Amino acid sequence: MSGVIEVIDGGIGNSIQDAGRFGFRHIGVAVSGSLDTLLARCANALVGNGPDCACIEIRALGPTLEVRHGLVRVALAGDVGALLRRVGGAALDVPAWTSITLATQDVLEIGSLPGGTANLAVSGGIDSPLQLGSRSTYQRAMIGGIDGRPLVTGNLLPCSVHARRDYREYRAEPWSHGDGPIRVIRGPQAEHFQAESLELFLNSAYQVTPQIDRMGVRLQGPQLLHVTPEAADIVSDGVTPGTIQVPGDGQPIILLADCQTVGGYPKIATVIAADVPRLAHLQPGQNIRFCAVNAHQARQALLEREARWAAWARGITFALPNADALYNDPSSGWVCAD
Amino acid sequence: MESGAADHSVPVRLLALGDTAWTIEFGTRIDPSLHARVLGLADALEQARRAGSGEGGREGGEGAAGHEDYAGIVDVVPTFRSLTVHFNPLLIDGQRLGKALLRLAAAAGTASRKGRHWRIPVCFDEEFAPDLNELAQSKGLSREAVIALMSETTFTVYLIGFMPGFPYMGGLPALLETPRLASPRKAVPARSLAIAGAMCAVYPWQSPGGWRLLGKTPVPMFSAGNAQSPSLLASGDRVCWQAVDRPLYLEIEASAQVGSFELDSLLLTPGDT
Repeated sequence: MSGVIEVIDGGIGNSIQDAGRFGFRHIGVAVSGSLDTLLARCANALVGNGPDCACIEIRALGPTLEVRHGLVRVALAGDVGALLRRVGGAALDVPAWTSITLATQDVLEIGSLPGGTANLAVSGGIDSPLQLGSRSTYQRAMIGGIDGRPLVTGNLLPCSVHARRDYREYRAEPWSHGDGPIRVIRGPQAEHFQAESLELFLNSAYQVTPQIDRMGVRLQGPQLLHVTPEAADIVSDGVTPGTIQVPGDGQPIILLADCQTVGGYPKIATVIAADVPRLAHLQPGQNIRFCAVNAHQARQALLEREARWAAWARGITFALPNADALYNDPSSGWVCAD
Repeated sequence: MESGAADHSVPVRLLALGDTAWTIEFGTRIDPSLHARVLGLADALEQARRAGSGEGGREGGEGAAGHEDYAGIVDVVPTFRSLTVHFNPLLIDGQRLGKALLRLAAAAGTASRKGRHWRIPVCFDEEFAPDLNELAQSKGLSREAVIALMSETTFTVYLIGFMPGFPYMGGLPALLETPRLASPRKAVPARSLAIAGAMCAVYPWQSPGGWRLLGKTPVPMFSAGNAQSPSLLASGDRVCWQAVDRPLYLEIEASAQVGSFELDSLLLTPGDT
């Protein structure tokens, strides 16, 4: 029998996501997937999973989960913590960046996030049904996840049982994306903007508005002028997560994982792959800046990030769990943590 | 598939969509001749990818563009006037891919992909067609005349986008061209037949939308459960609408909902894709 986790409280904005749904954009299906694929990789690595296993993406208020059938090993990656409530035991703080093994009836209350995203990985990955090749939730078309929706109370999440008789847990330093301006490649419709506006875009701070969802983020700042009013509309062409489109009001919108596949607004620039995961952490009121790079610099940035992530993953160490985190095995009478 | 020589008088442009996609732009307008070039390149790329993967290709995988490696391509999205090729930059050298795509585009002809030809039922009852009367009035036509025009026309699917399965179709009679609603509806009912500008479409799901609603089809436009072909329509398909009365609409809707409606029964010709 496989493991089962019940959602006791769905929280707000939490969904099952994997590395994304590719191969269906020509029929209008968004890529979806974790907004921060690096954090998802980190969480997966901390429970011994491959990088693409489906995780729970936590957006605002984390869910409360109860293990219905275990053992299940879990790990949080991101700026979030949890509380473990164990039958007949004291509540235990569960920090991020370390794995913990949960037994049947254990309840994990995941806290709230100040902003951005975090990921919870489960050993073996959340084993919800594949739809169009992915488990990622795409709410707009009710695809993936459980019934195409974010987590709700009562959802049962299938996962594999953590069977290995190994009481060690994994631990790592928090992953940091680094800071600095968000790097972009100009275009594909940079020529639809006045030269001064292109300069303005790269030399001004833009404030993140509260209008953020998995489809995109609206920014507010110096107005960007199109060369003519007509240049504010194009016959739709392809867009991708990280695309920065500017409608007639001159305020940029950055598209995210659940974005549409084609768009009719001119695109002033596109965030490079190395920096797209950083967009998952934009918070209302935050000021951001952009800087333009060329294709060669974008490639170097991506390779550097991959090397940095590989170094992070090599830094994962084994840790003996805190005695309170061991559970009492009723069949053997031994205190163990397998 | 009918192929032809392309008009190469307008240069093809290679536009960077960040470092994970290229858009090969044939022009800036909605124009059947541009769309034919888009489909021509899409076909050429498909052949080159097959040859590269050894699938139906010659020994040694010598594709149309030589020994290019297309394995890192993750999505190919045709639009009215361009083809966007998404790739994994860790699996493929983007600069090299861009050059290969330009070479393919220069060599590719046009393709009026002989898509499938569908006859899809639509009910034009008032309840399903909140904008039909107003449209007819504004054009000085009777309601019946609008329905007749819609039913006699063969529409061509240019692209599937905006949302899964949403077909942008050209071919709307000029007489019916009309701007979008000044204020979009908060909720357009799923499967509504709609027009805006010179375009026709069906909303696969309930969603906000500013197009004018002329009817409703009982046939689902998108079924995620149908993994082989989740979108009913594809770029290059042709569609004509068959006016049906309410009882037949309800009958088809009911059988479609339990999955017993045979979508293939709507095909006039199967096409070659």
